[in-house]
Amino acid sequence: MSRRAETLLWVAQRASAAVLALCVLVHLATIVYAVRGGLTGAEILSRTRGNVAWAAFYSVFVLAVAVHAPIGLRAVLAEWLGWRGASREVALAAFAVALAVLGARAVLGVFG
Amino acid sequence: MNRALAAAHRLSGVALALFLPAHFWVLSHALQLDAFIAWTEQPAVKFAEWGLVTLLALHLAGGLRVLALELLPWRGWAKTLAAVAAAFAFAVGVAFALAL
Amino acid sequence: MSMLRVRVWRGGADGAFREYEVPRRESQTVLDVVTHIQRAIDPTLAYRYACRVGMCGSCAMTVNGAPRWTCRTHVDKVARDGRLALAPLRNLPVVRDLVADMSEFFDKWAAAQGRFRGARSRRDDFERVAPGSPERRRADVAIECIGCAVCYAACDVVAANPGYLGPAALNRAWTLVNDVRDTSQADRLRAVAGDAGSLACHSHLSCTERCPKGISPTAGIAGLKRAVARAALKGEL
Repeated sequence: MSRRAETLLWVAQRASAAVLALCVLVHLATIVYAVRGGLTGAEILSRTRGNVAWAAFYSVFVLAVAVHAPIGLRAVLAEWLGWRGASREVALAAFAVALAVLGARAVLGVFG
Repeated sequence: MNRALAAAHRLSGVALALFLPAHFWVLSHALQLDAFIAWTEQPAVKFAEWGLVTLLALHLAGGLRVLALELLPWRGWAKTLAAVAAAFAFAVGVAFALAL
Repeated sequence: MSMLRVRVWRGGADGAFREYEVPRRESQTVLDVVTHIQRAIDPTLAYRYACRVGMCGSCAMTVNGAPRWTCRTHVDKVARDGRLALAPLRNLPVVRDLVADMSEFFDKWAAAQGRFRGARSRRDDFERVAPGSPERRRADVAIECIGCAVCYAACDVVAANPGYLGPAALNRAWTLVNDVRDTSQADRLRAVAGDAGSLACHSHLSCTERCPKGISPTAGIAGLKRAVARAALKGEL
């Protein structure tokens, strides 16, 4: 991978981190609220189903995760497993796609 | 302190990366949400939930620390950042435990 | 008179620790201990030192697990229960005993474009650099590095990533990035970008904690990260 591409990966990692910081804070607050309220599955879904605003929020969340997690693992794979080179990049790209697809299906499942 | 937090940041990231596909998969089957929620009432699962929330808080705190070190003009307060990050993660862990 | 139990690495990479008994003295430094062993007990011990007053960095080695200058380390500060363990600097190949091979350390210094290139010759007038300018201030807090490799030995990323240029080389590159006279900035930014460059630093701060000159390579490397990112986004990398 070229130095420029590696640098852009680093930028994407930090940018997605900033997005995720906000998303995670909102998500943590929401989870604690739901757990405290002892919400049932039906109650949760009644609030989320068809809710476009929350769907949009979690779509952004999923995209940011699909960018952030694979790039984060990239360094771990290199430093702890000695895995570098094209095969690693391919595996991580596949993981990114998997996260995006599974995440999209999750958003559809909860907010569709 | 810094190395310990960095290790925790890395391990929590790996754990979350492994957890998320499963999390997404469960949510995509939301129609069976009540059945799943019933399953999560078990103490072992509750403990795992608490663990995940704490790992998330830890990873967030460690990540904010990295962003601060890379983007802000810090000098003497770099070490304090590690302590603040750990304290934040601990606080979230306690908050979630109390909410359970 | 109490005695110190000192374990010292002997041999090459496949060597072992050997234990010596050294008389404990007031205001003794670890360098005093090593010197005593070599002069009074075992003349075959290989180790480095030069100035013995904390100026040259030659005596850097691993003392009880941490990289230090032995001439500036009082035994009282590190000898728990009167025990010392001495080994060559981590992350560098061992030549013999307490002597590490510094070649890769300096090769990486060069690879990071850690040398000045200017546009003027002796026939030109001096280039003016305002000492209070932001760039000069940034360079000044980092230029006291004497290349002792303590930071390199302390760095976890160097240990995990063999190609990583390391804190000293990157710190030097940072001082030159801030040198307004230097003409090779584009080359330098390219040299410190990528997986082996500044971006590989995980901000553990081990280098900053251990640097005997009080330099913070982490801060300089953060500056390099920002400069490199800006260049990449502008298509200049």
